[in-house]
Amino acid sequence: MRVVRPYGDTLDDGKVQLSFTLPVPDGAKGREAARKLVLSWGFKDCEVAHSHPLSADFSFYVAYGKTEVPIDYDSVVADEAESDGSMDMDGVNDFIREHIGRKVVIVGACTGFDAHTVGIDAIMNMKGYNHHFGLERYPMVEAYNLGAQVPNEKLIEFAGKVKADAILVSQVVTQKDVHLKNLAELVELLEARGERRNYVLVAGGPRIGNKLAVELGYDVGFGKGSYADHVASFVVRKMVERQRS
Amino acid sequence: MQNKLHLSTERVAYARRLAEKIAAPVARFIDGHSSVTVERATLRLAGADGANSDGVPVPNLVVDQVRAADPSYLEDGVLLRYVNALVKSGGTVAELNAKIAAGLDVTSFPLGDRAIVERKAAELVDRAAERIRDKRARREAMRSEWEGANNDPLLYLIVATGNIYEDVKQATAAAEQGADVIAVIRTTAQSLLDYVPYGATTEGFGGTYATQENFRIMRAALDEVAERQKRYILLTNYASGLCMPEIAAMGALERLDMMLNDSMYGILFRDINMYRTFVDQKFSRMINASAGIIINTGEDNYLTTSDAWEKAYTVLASQLLNERFGFQAGLPARLLGLGHAYEMDPSIKNGFLFELAQAQMAREIFPEHPLKYMPPTKFMSGDIFKGLAMNTMFNFVSKATGQGIHLLGMLTEAIHTPFMMDRFLAVDNAKYVMNNMAGFADDIEFKEGGIVMTRAREVLDRTIEFLEEVGELGLFDAIERGLFAEVKRPKDGGKGFEGLIKKGPAYWNPFEERLERELGISGAKGGN
Ligand code: B12
Repeated sequence: MRVVRPYGDTLDDGKVQLSFTLPVPDGAKGREAARKLVLSWGFKDCEVAHSHPLSADFSFYVAYGKTEVPIDYDSVVADEAESDGSMDMDGVNDFIREHIGRKVVIVGACTGFDAHTVGIDAIMNMKGYNHHFGLERYPMVEAYNLGAQVPNEKLIEFAGKVKADAILVSQVVTQKDVHLKNLAELVELLEARGERRNYVLVAGGPRIGNKLAVELGYDVGFGKGSYADHVASFVVRKMVERQRS
Repeated sequence: MQNKLHLSTERVAYARRLAEKIAAPVARFIDGHSSVTVERATLRLAGADGANSDGVPVPNLVVDQVRAADPSYLEDGVLLRYVNALVKSGGTVAELNAKIAAGLDVTSFPLGDRAIVERKAAELVDRAAERIRDKRARREAMRSEWEGANNDPLLYLIVATGNIYEDVKQATAAAEQGADVIAVIRTTAQSLLDYVPYGATTEGFGGTYATQENFRIMRAALDEVAERQKRYILLTNYASGLCMPEIAAMGALERLDMMLNDSMYGILFRDINMYRTFVDQKFSRMINASAGIIINTGEDNYLTTSDAWEKAYTVLASQLLNERFGFQAGLPARLLGLGHAYEMDPSIKNGFLFELAQAQMAREIFPEHPLKYMPPTKFMSGDIFKGLAMNTMFNFVSKATGQGIHLLGMLTEAIHTPFMMDRFLAVDNAKYVMNNMAGFADDIEFKEGGIVMTRAREVLDRTIEFLEEVGELGLFDAIERGLFAEVKRPKDGGKGFEGLIKKGPAYWNPFEERLERELGISGAKGGN
């Protein structure tokens, strides 16, 4: 057991920085309301360091609180797809040659009305992202990037046509949970066609966690800071794992 | 602002000629065509409004009826059947709209006396022109009453709650905090709807539907704040996507002040058919020109989609094309808010100097245009503190190079649509920076052969090479081959292609003719 608290300038001082808006005019009463609010959240003391009117009826606060609530760090389980053990590009290609013996076909798209291509491009396009080449660069991968605004039906059809091994889905817009609807729909469509097991199904995007993706019926989810090598490693290992089972 | 980069005026003039050469064949194509949304925009100018019980707007009902009666009818222009129905049914435009919404088919009336139809249409044209003129005069009166009260550059903020009534609260607060321009971001995917929803709306994803009623509500709210603040507040929306000209028409009728409106954005970034987009953008720009609406072009998208340092020339190339297409549609330079952006990777050494060079270059090449400068977005991250620092650098460049319309960067750009306090911090930062270095632009010169001058020249040279390449291929082929934004768009592909209409020999659109005359531009008929 390892107990930790936020660290300001002394171990265990529990200092936290907060900023927020209240729908009340700025002034002594607003500041006091802010302070009391912060205390009511469980902070032991609170200093409202700054306040400013945003309009006649709204005000902005910067506050510091002190918390005594600790967490047992050892009990924490991270919600991120295992990227520590991922192979690099050459490793993935060697792995495919050795264990699969043919090119792996991967289809990707940003689905629904989501028009953000940069994320899926970062994973798939030749150039890649942040000095990690994209899947198109992998000699043992046949990668098809369908771009953005792709309807789920079209993605499934295309994946069937090219006999894909894996489908990659990007979702960037998350407002009103549109991404959840979109992601779930793809799984439902695949299940209805009895094709879910044909594919390694991968979700990705800045607000996608592994846990969320798995809950929605995906094999894995990748969030911020993920690269083609992480995705490729997961896909090929999963394929081999399925072959064996 | 004085020229500091000593760019070759011949080279700049040559670049403009290249853009002119590229745009000329496109203009010939445009003038031979209309589209379903150009026709619907025409109907809207004539007064067609409302929707049926399924929410299908009256302008769509009319175009669909005419097309269903005989697909070739649209080649004559839709207005003929609408005005014919108006004459035949003998009531007002509003009464006709109500009947159409209730199920009346405008093609059920046989075509009557052409002269009477034309007279009636002329009346409608006059009425629309008058309304647009009034709106324009009102804007000019308010702007001159409070002259000098706005910030320079204009501070531009977005609202995007999805609910127009919530937007009003946010916009009011933003204006009270010092914003000069409020843009209501549209809901995700509205650009792909081939109709404009009707009425006030409270549900949207990442933005709010552009509807005429929403325009009206926001306009009234901003006028109220303006009265209180003694400062005109400009209202912005998006004349883009599959309904470019219709939204322009709505904006003209409801006194919007700016419209996002780019000649190629829809093609490249929304996969809308290229022919359709070129046709739509022209009519939309003619309406904007007539209404005195400043357009904002979308060059920033090239930089978020590709590497901003490498692809800087695509911005200048696009600005030159947008300018040319704008001129073709009758937009004067002072209504051409050409876009660009501060989007380089913040880890680049001397990135600030490159950004400064490019912003200064845009200013010098487009001296009368109210340039619209976009903040860093792509490299904004969850580190909001770094984000605030990046925005500070951006604010500095904007003021140092005399930009016209300054879109404020949000420190939480990578996280959510802005909170109220995010906007406040943005305005506060901009005001601090811009006041603190107000005289910088006048005081500073650049070193011959230094980083700034060299960068500007390189970008201009690369732009010229690129335009030469595009000129050789022709714009349609260049887009098809992926020269722009690293995407390939097939000529007959993309959304909305089926909505393109070839103008027949009897094509009749008195609104278009009126605009051509008023703006002094040539079209299919007016030119010869
Ligand atoms: C560039 C951009 C755009 C460009 C997109 C250009 C293009 N060709 O993609 C344009 C201007 C078109 C755009 C439009 C809109 N945008 Co935008 N956009 C951005 C911006 C600035 C950067 C996104 C980006 O490119 N990041 C870089 C890439 C590499 O990162 P990434 O996408 O996270 O990808 C990484 C990981 O997430 C992961 N990943 C992503 N996908 C996948 C898929 C798989 C399978 C895997 C394994 C991994 C993976 O790997 C990548 C590399 O590490 C963000 C703000 C920001 N700084 O994040 C807003 C942002 C994403 N946009 C936003 C919004 C709301 C919109 C609009 C809806 C606005 C509107 N109302 O019009 C429209 C969307 C229209 C539509 N139909 O989708 C919001 C989303 C809010 C939300 N959470 O819902 C953001 C956060 C801005 C904001 N604060 O409001 N946008």
